[in-house]
Amino acid sequence: MSAKIVTITSGKGGVGKTTAIASLGIALASRGQKVVCIDGDIGLRNLDVIMGLENRIVYDIVDIVEGRCRLRQAMIRDKRLPGLFLIPAAQTRDKMAVSPSDMMRLGDELREEVDWVLIDSPAGIERGFKNAIAPADRVLVLTNPEISAVRDADRVIGILEAEEKGSPSLILNRVNHEMVKKQEMLSPDDVLDLLAIDLIGIVPEDKSVLIAANQGSPIALDKESRAGQAFRNIAGRLIGEDVPYMDLEEQGGLWKRISKLTGRS
Amino acid sequence: MSFFNRITGKKKSAQSAKERLQLVLTHDRTDMTPAVLEALKDELIEVISRHIEIDPSAVNIDVAREGREQRLVADIPLKAKTRQRGR
Repeated sequence: MSAKIVTITSGKGGVGKTTAIASLGIALASRGQKVVCIDGDIGLRNLDVIMGLENRIVYDIVDIVEGRCRLRQAMIRDKRLPGLFLIPAAQTRDKMAVSPSDMMRLGDELREEVDWVLIDSPAGIERGFKNAIAPADRVLVLTNPEISAVRDADRVIGILEAEEKGSPSLILNRVNHEMVKKQEMLSPDDVLDLLAIDLIGIVPEDKSVLIAANQGSPIALDKESRAGQAFRNIAGRLIGEDVPYMDLEEQGGLWKRISKLTGRS
Repeated sequence: MSFFNRITGKKKSAQSAKERLQLVLTHDRTDMTPAVLEALKDELIEVISRHIEIDPSAVNIDVAREGREQRLVADIPLKAKTRQRGR
């Protein structure tokens, strides 16, 4: 095996990186891929609760780096899907406990174990971010159609270019189609025009994301959720499939059911 | 701005956000503040005027965006020589 290492980052906090990592992990694993999700937010871990695995943590990433456990011991298996694992962040340490070269070593070791390594970067552009992008083959920048989130995304893209990480791809999260139609929210075209990078996914705003988080069940597991579908589509594009973009128009009633039956979403 | 907005004179907030972001991103990417641009313009006018005659009020200097590339664009209209002779 030789895993592809994908990091999601955003600059700004609270835009949905952790939700995206959990859902991409679920979506890739449900297609038979072997996936490990790494929480890069040492000191403020959350991927464990979003994935619903918080009660099963014994070892964490700092334990691996400092040699207190073997790699396999810190990989928590997600019982819902064979082939999905979490390496949690340490909660009582800080970002300086891990270095970019530690992350490179960890990445190289994991390449032999799985198909995909998904790294959840912390907010900011400091050590935690540097750690998260160090081993990445591909970086996905996630943002919301909000002025502050777009500005921070641009800053992160500039840093990635300067570090020669290759051009990142964009996930635009929490798009409210009604507001875009009324020109009260930046449209996907506006954001793409401003940031000028490739697009890999547009995720509609969806109340079920919060409900899924409450239950520790990543949104990609919810077959009814449009956000869940959007993340499943992004997983397909990561694998290299040419998945059409879903219609952002909210479809209710009969049309919704028809489009679901025909897989048009 | 759409035709409707133009006649009502009201700008939609998404348009404001985009215009504000265009400016702020240009500055973030290049470290080029409006003050730097203004100083650059004054000095350019001074240097060019030493060699050729230009109209300082018509000089326009701006940062243009092309994808993720920024370029400094100076528009400096030259005064027509023939017209001056005719006068």
